[in-house]
Amino acid sequence: MHTKTINQLAQGLRSGEFSSVELTQHFLQRIKQHESLNAFITVTEELALQAAQAADQRIASGGASLLTGIPIAQKDIFCTLGVKTSCGSKMLDNFIAPYNATVVEKFNHAGAVMLGKLNMDEFAMGSSNETSFYGPARNPWDTQTVPGGSSGGSAAAVAAGLAVAATGTDTGGSIRQPAAFCGITGLKPTYGRVSRYGMIAYASSLDQGGPMTRSAEDAAILLQTMAGFDAKDSTSADLPVPDYPAALNQPLAGLKIGLPKEFFGEGLDSGVAAVLETAISEYRKLGAEVADISMPNLNMAIPAYYVIACAESSANLSRYDGVRFGYRCESPVDLTDLYTRSRGEGFGKEVKRRILMGTYALSAGYYDAYYLKAQKVRRLISQDFQQALAQVDVIMSPVTPTTAFGIGAKMDDPIAMYLADIYTIAINLAGVPAMSVPAGFSGGLPVGLQIIGNHFTEDRLLNIAHQYQQVTDWHQQTPKL
Amino acid sequence: MSLTADDVNKIAHLARLGIDKQDIDSYAKDLSGMLDLMTRMGGLDTAGVEPMAHPLDQVQRLRKDVVTEADQRGHFQAIAPQVEDGLYLVPKVIE
Repeated sequence: MHTKTINQLAQGLRSGEFSSVELTQHFLQRIKQHESLNAFITVTEELALQAAQAADQRIASGGASLLTGIPIAQKDIFCTLGVKTSCGSKMLDNFIAPYNATVVEKFNHAGAVMLGKLNMDEFAMGSSNETSFYGPARNPWDTQTVPGGSSGGSAAAVAAGLAVAATGTDTGGSIRQPAAFCGITGLKPTYGRVSRYGMIAYASSLDQGGPMTRSAEDAAILLQTMAGFDAKDSTSADLPVPDYPAALNQPLAGLKIGLPKEFFGEGLDSGVAAVLETAISEYRKLGAEVADISMPNLNMAIPAYYVIACAESSANLSRYDGVRFGYRCESPVDLTDLYTRSRGEGFGKEVKRRILMGTYALSAGYYDAYYLKAQKVRRLISQDFQQALAQVDVIMSPVTPTTAFGIGAKMDDPIAMYLADIYTIAINLAGVPAMSVPAGFSGGLPVGLQIIGNHFTEDRLLNIAHQYQQVTDWHQQTPKL
Repeated sequence: MSLTADDVNKIAHLARLGIDKQDIDSYAKDLSGMLDLMTRMGGLDTAGVEPMAHPLDQVQRLRKDVVTEADQRGHFQAIAPQVEDGLYLVPKVIE
């Protein structure tokens, strides 16, 4: 049951082949069985079974949606009313969210069953899930390697069949990189496409939620529920949402694909490069034309990103002060001691690094040299994308320079960890949508192909991924557990 | 560019962020490495480029000046570390 698509499961629920309660019990059983993957921070067994019972009644009485009764899981960055929402941090280990994120509300309304809350890097700051207060999630393809991050628990859970699908968030690659490492399909929508209300903020001009699934078809179904205008998010895009599943079957003849030479140069593992070459030749067979392009400012994406993301996070995370919610230190002597020790004891090392970096970049005398400069570089990078996407329909590239690395391999060298985000980060600066699609294996570990489009072309990206998944079966491979 | 232990202490104070004494040198080293990375941007000519604060160049929406939220003080304070009579408690600020 855990390898079926959402459409197949919805069919099974309607034909009476199995009930949502049975389906939910199956996944709860698998979560217990594979606890050592550490994919979940919280399993909401009782709530899940209640939701499944309600879903079964709704299906019996008609009026169900495609997601009614389908067991999914939420990244622990989305606020869930009455359920611990930790964001992977000691700071929020005691935080029972007093409201639902819009994304959570939408899934509840659709009748989806929430199995629990998924592991992640602390405050979504990390590329390996190793900064989580709850310990790293493990990659089901090789449990000695990382699942990627920050949505590592989401990717591990979907790849291991512990949930039909999951949500993730992506500030610099946090949906696409773990999707690539774990061999699943991940979509970072256009900035503003999915509401950020109740999605705990890291870097507000970059953060975006999206689906992590076993196929592009499932991703289209999830995005249909997640996307849309929300008055509660001040940067939500007030645009109509296309019918994503309906767009999946368009033929690709005449599609123009651009390959930026800056994304295929030095630093790209030869095994990964070979997989991508095969994937791109598959697109040629589907009728696409492939052109070499250049995006000259991409090499500045990492420095610009780390200035902007750290600056925004230092401002966003100033709300954790030990006064209104979250962790508070023992016996503070005065207010400054309360702030300083609550924050010092509540945050982990990577979060502190980024707060310090951001505070420095925004401080008097350094603002122009770092923050303002980074915003100008951001403009040039965004222009690179607009110029490229005027020549081609989509850009294809690697998601990551290598396959999943070993647990512990990069934890002592934060800069090495940052540099591994090279292919995903520029997309967030430009705010465009991008997907990671399973494209093969190198050394037994999954490799992802990145497909990048212009603003609000998620329908086209899903279509391009789906057509590839009709002629390949990389997305159907499952790890031996 | 490299930061000293003193610099780290100053930044930590600005951020009201407690740092263990034994970790200060390692933060100084990591932050210096990050700054080296960021300084690379200096090699790119950005004269006359408009800073980009937001990916979609949006303007903020306006809404009618009406109350949209119900009072949920009790609900929100249920998760606070320390409250009394509807007020958040902190150590004494004014002697």
